[in-house]
Amino acid sequence: MGFTININGTPRSVDVDGDTPLLWVLRDVLGMTGTKFGCGQALCGACTVHLDGSAIRSCITAIDSIGDSKVTTIEAIGATSAGELIQKAWLDREVAQCGYCQSGQIMSATALLATNPHPTDADIDDAMSGNICRCGTYVRIREAIKVAAQTRVKEG
Amino acid sequence: MIFDRTTSHSSDTRLSRRGFLVSAAMTGGSLVIGLTLPVEEGSAAGAEGFVPNAFIRIGHDSEVVLTMPYVEMGQGTYTSIPMLIAEELEVDLKQVRLEHAPPNEKLYVNPLLGVQATGNSNAIRGAWKPLREAGAAARLMLIEAAATRWGLEAKSCHAEAGEVIHGPSGRRLSYGALVADAARLQLPTNVVLKSPAEFKLIGTPAKRLDAAGKVNGSVVYGIDARPTGVKIATLAQSPVFGGRVKSVDDSAAKLLNGVRQIVRLDDAVAVVADHMGAAKKGLEALRIEWDEGANAALATEDVARELEQAILRAGPVAQNIGDAGQAMANAVTRIAANYHVPFLAHAAMEPMNCTVHVRGGECEIWLGTQAIARVQALAAKAAGLPIEKVIVHNHLIGGGFGRRLEADGAVRAVQIARQIDGPVKVVWTREEDIQHDMYRPYWVDRIEAGLDEAGRPVAWTNRFAGSSVIARYLPPAFNNGLDPDTTEGAIDLVYALPNLHVEYVRVEPPGIPTAFWRSVGPSHNVFVTESFIDELAAAAKQDPVAYRRALLHHNPRAKAVLDLAAEKAGWGATLPKGWGRGIALQNVFGSLLAQVAEVEITRDGSVRVHRVVCAMDCGTVVNPDTVQAQLQSGVMFGVTAALYGEITLKNGRVQQANFDNYQVLRINEAPAVEVHLVKSAEPPGGMGEAGTSGIVPAIANAVFAATGKRLRKMPIDPHSLKA
Repeated sequence: MGFTININGTPRSVDVDGDTPLLWVLRDVLGMTGTKFGCGQALCGACTVHLDGSAIRSCITAIDSIGDSKVTTIEAIGATSAGELIQKAWLDREVAQCGYCQSGQIMSATALLATNPHPTDADIDDAMSGNICRCGTYVRIREAIKVAAQTRVKEG
Repeated sequence: MIFDRTTSHSSDTRLSRRGFLVSAAMTGGSLVIGLTLPVEEGSAAGAEGFVPNAFIRIGHDSEVVLTMPYVEMGQGTYTSIPMLIAEELEVDLKQVRLEHAPPNEKLYVNPLLGVQATGNSNAIRGAWKPLREAGAAARLMLIEAAATRWGLEAKSCHAEAGEVIHGPSGRRLSYGALVADAARLQLPTNVVLKSPAEFKLIGTPAKRLDAAGKVNGSVVYGIDARPTGVKIATLAQSPVFGGRVKSVDDSAAKLLNGVRQIVRLDDAVAVVADHMGAAKKGLEALRIEWDEGANAALATEDVARELEQAILRAGPVAQNIGDAGQAMANAVTRIAANYHVPFLAHAAMEPMNCTVHVRGGECEIWLGTQAIARVQALAAKAAGLPIEKVIVHNHLIGGGFGRRLEADGAVRAVQIARQIDGPVKVVWTREEDIQHDMYRPYWVDRIEAGLDEAGRPVAWTNRFAGSSVIARYLPPAFNNGLDPDTTEGAIDLVYALPNLHVEYVRVEPPGIPTAFWRSVGPSHNVFVTESFIDELAAAAKQDPVAYRRALLHHNPRAKAVLDLAAEKAGWGATLPKGWGRGIALQNVFGSLLAQVAEVEITRDGSVRVHRVVCAMDCGTVVNPDTVQAQLQSGVMFGVTAALYGEITLKNGRVQQANFDNYQVLRINEAPAVEVHLVKSAEPPGGMGEAGTSGIVPAIANAVFAATGKRLRKMPIDPHSLKA
């Protein structure tokens, strides 16, 4: 079945079953491999993308549920102000190790920062506890989110 | 620096075609000179520039390409190895571009393992001398080339930031301008390496060279490989290890949109499709009957029972000091305990995957592997092809932890690809990844000590049983029933123990494959020995730090990290009710580490690790930021193991399947981790795994401090700690 969805501001048409998870449309059909497969059951957050700015797990989001909503992926998140700040903070704090989960971490962190400019530790726990990092970069993820929040305050 | 080539040369035709002679000779376990020698005059020159050895290639445009003999799986190797080369080559890290090494056991052997592999936390230890020598030799040749052109003495010139400079006259030439001349020179036979005082890069915090692509999704892992026309396959392997496919009804699966082919193997079935969504749907639609075979009734308890029997019989002696039997008989107090550690899965975030294209007498493979030459060799066997017909492209790795030292995934993908026209990417579902992992072995220990009237350990015996991964993986390293990995952390203890006797009984469990895991042997042995020394301190009614300290008079490096950890952790300071502090000390992977864990036991018995203080002496530090990152990482991996890590078998099946029942620590549970380094001029020690082994007993000892309950079996069972 044919679907046209808005990904990173561009309409993209694909021919797949309606229950196909967005993750596989992105990775296998469209070749946008920045979004990662980790568990297939919304348990690890590696596949996180934004749907109208909210962080969602693309591995359980059927293509026929997206409609006119706007999908944003890691490939384009740097074009948003929160995404740019988060990416810079990630580099500043040297967060990534193997890096495989970091697309998802950055998407979750960006969604947090976009709606909450001054996240507390509890806010960070709430927003980020769905994202597993097997390398255990959690100390630096927390620091980087705070760095990004502070940078935003300084930059006004 | 730009990391822009994520696949490697398939085989080292670039070098072999030019007739380079390998001189990487192994003597006494160390690489004498990790360089290649040009056979013919001028053969190091050409379109590609100056190629003095297998690690360095300098172009006419001054581009410096470094070939990485060790893989990057998060541990920072692709920054610290370039630092070693750049330090001596005198180039800025911004000037270098990295490539993955192709399979070539001669050029890229890990001198400490004897094979081309990245593991055992020894990349920097293996690279420390040869890769600095590689950089230094190249620099000397470039200086010689410039000096000759200028008609000057080489010693009046020096190199800096990719240029040769003659200070007095101010003349300078870029490396690019010198490559043709340098390539005609003989390799120097002797190179003098910089003294630590001369280091510009080593010891300074360098930014990771692989970071940029990891924040914008552009980095390409094995799972992201997309050769033209690639199909996606996923698979079901026999749920019981050793089982076989009896029958497959694929009639429903074949009708699904996007499903292209069903591949039946002896012990697995794969669905090939246009995308993973269709492949997974196809897999669910299959009706597979299995002949479950000999292991259909196996349970973890069977494995544990066999190991408990095994420790009743003598095994090869891993270490003997003094006369432990006599000393035990004379001891005032005797303490004995049995310890168990479980099977563990790796659960790297990048699920197992491998892309293969079998075509016309050739096989091309894309994956992320810690052991590319092993992949090439075993894939060739599976494909029925000569090894040189197998092309392997390595990638950055989305988590290794020892899982990707194994080639089972590549072999499986080749078996599937042989039946398919065109390239296929075989992707394990998370469930398949966890249920068909190769697991950190289950081990059982019987450990006993005798104390004198002052509570000091005068006798120490330890006999443990379980799998030897080395015996399967690297048979030459398994000798007289022993191997260096399985025993590491059980022998050569940091403490002065006058009478010690350690035996290992090898028992390979039926029906479950074992493999390396982050800190493998020490992940078991350090838990046992550091828990048990804590038991001895408790029996002697002494403080755990003071008790350890009294056994370290001969070992100042160990004493220093113990004292530093205790001081920084505020050892002895009061904690809230229900909290405890525990310490562990180890000397494994060539590094000394003391860790203090601060834990809280909640009313329901669950353990929360709040704070971990690490004090480390890892010898010379190459990249201090990496050392800190690896300790943070190793700690989280160990906390996961202590709180949650357990693979169990029932009816021959692994009972865990995904992150709901094989849990991994999350950010809301993560402790604060502090890292303190002891300055040292010793050669570098290992970093990637040390943090994992020590934290487990530190947590167990903290739980004991808080509750008086001794944890002799991992993972922690909260029911046993309920208030």
